[in-house]
Amino acid sequence: MSTDADTFDYGDTLSRPFWEAAARKELVMQQCATCGNVQFYPRPMCLECRGTDLGWTAVSGDATVYSMTTVHVQIDPDLVPPYVVALVDLDEGPRLLTNIDGDVEIGVRVRVAWRDRDDAPPLPVFEPA
Amino acid sequence: MASALGDRPIYLAGVAETKLGEVHDETEYSMFAKAAIEALDEAGLTLDDVDGLFLNYMGEEGTVQVGEYLGLHNVRYLDSTDSGGSAFELFVHHAMLAVAEGRCDVALIGYASRQRTRRQRTLGDWTARDTYSLGAQFQAPYGLPMPIGHYAMMAARHMHQYGTTSEQLAEIAVAANQWAQRNPKAWRYGKPLTVDDIVTSTMMSDPLHKLDCCLVTDGGAAIVVTNADRAKDARKKAIRVLGAGESQTHWHISQMPDLTVTAGQIAGREAFGMAGITAADVDVFEPYDSFTITVLKALEDLGFCGQGEGGEFVQKGRLGPGGELPSMTSGGGLSYNHPGALGALLLVEAVRQLRGEAGERQVEGAEIGVAHGVGGFMSTAGTVVLARE
Repeated sequence: MSTDADTFDYGDTLSRPFWEAAARKELVMQQCATCGNVQFYPRPMCLECRGTDLGWTAVSGDATVYSMTTVHVQIDPDLVPPYVVALVDLDEGPRLLTNIDGDVEIGVRVRVAWRDRDDAPPLPVFEPA
Repeated sequence: MASALGDRPIYLAGVAETKLGEVHDETEYSMFAKAAIEALDEAGLTLDDVDGLFLNYMGEEGTVQVGEYLGLHNVRYLDSTDSGGSAFELFVHHAMLAVAEGRCDVALIGYASRQRTRRQRTLGDWTARDTYSLGAQFQAPYGLPMPIGHYAMMAARHMHQYGTTSEQLAEIAVAANQWAQRNPKAWRYGKPLTVDDIVTSTMMSDPLHKLDCCLVTDGGAAIVVTNADRAKDARKKAIRVLGAGESQTHWHISQMPDLTVTAGQIAGREAFGMAGITAADVDVFEPYDSFTITVLKALEDLGFCGQGEGGEFVQKGRLGPGGELPSMTSGGGLSYNHPGALGALLLVEAVRQLRGEAGERQVEGAEIGVAHGVGGFMSTAGTVVLARE
């Protein structure tokens, strides 16, 4: 069951387009209109050229695993160990923290998937490509 | 030896540990007060001489509650820098400049915690406590244990990129443990560990095992920074501060530019540059050993070895007693004590080594010592170069 992003408020105007797209299971990132840099998380300025004209663009959801750890301790009632937490580099540039369901290692290709949540918009996670 | 403050030398004139291990019969404030009095006494000074206060993590509003508890009425310089475990190296950096400029003459640095007795440590992602935070949105939902999961991903990347092994990381914990066997105050005194013990201990967050992680104990320290004039009556040898540096990289792990390069690179460059030394000049090294990977990265980023060479460097007992680079000589956070902000105790141990009063664990002829603090999720670093004159 997906949740309407309108009913969930992170109190963060800048990230709102990200979660609105997530509600449709679309992965979007901020893009600088001046230099084209794609960045995450959202900010009011471009990290590359310091321009302030930023829009949103859909990204492929294709990525490469940069690093990962298999967690063997339980810290979250909803996450039962062992599970994988990873940093993945999107083809468009940004690096995301995420979970990966499936057998992976550093350097392998992964693609975005979505985890439904009861109290928040779907969460971008990844799976083997 | 060149120093930017060559004509205004600054000294660590007194150091003391608080009660360590498990402390049931004192508060953090009484622990720190006793250590402060002891450190000031080493320096030939008293609480009434303190006019600069550099501390944090002991109540709200930084220095205020400790200053009140100690009854300080002449404080004219306050610093409650919050950079986690490296704060005390940053405090020395800031205090040396403040004292050199005469903005205060006797700076008291310190900390005390009873996080073991109070069972304060958990592995949950505390960025989620603020439901509006970036961490709550983009990090906490993924269940990365704090801070071990962050360090685990750094270790995993280092292994992937350079072929570093768990056994090599374990050599670091073994070296710390060997030093602890020579320090009766160490938590693991009388409890020797082998590489096999470490790599077969419980896997916490792959590739880091339970024994790749520091202890959780109570404890703390007090350190007195002052000028040559006020240090001349010191009851023990005052140790010169030759240089200091600091830096930061990231808070959220996704924003760390390179998981194999830390803020220690800039902190070390600044500190060594100010002191006019290179890594080859260092006789005793006190790196923050929150995790084994933290030490490996300090060795690389401060230039004791090249990038990616840390795994090979730590083999053959190089960091242990009798090794080429005696490191973590108290037993470190891995085997001595880790009261949360170990950075204060790194300075205490470096001073004792340079005074020649480290007893069974003394590094013979040590003249140059380096304390290297690391805070957060390898987020901050502070490096201090000390010398026996």
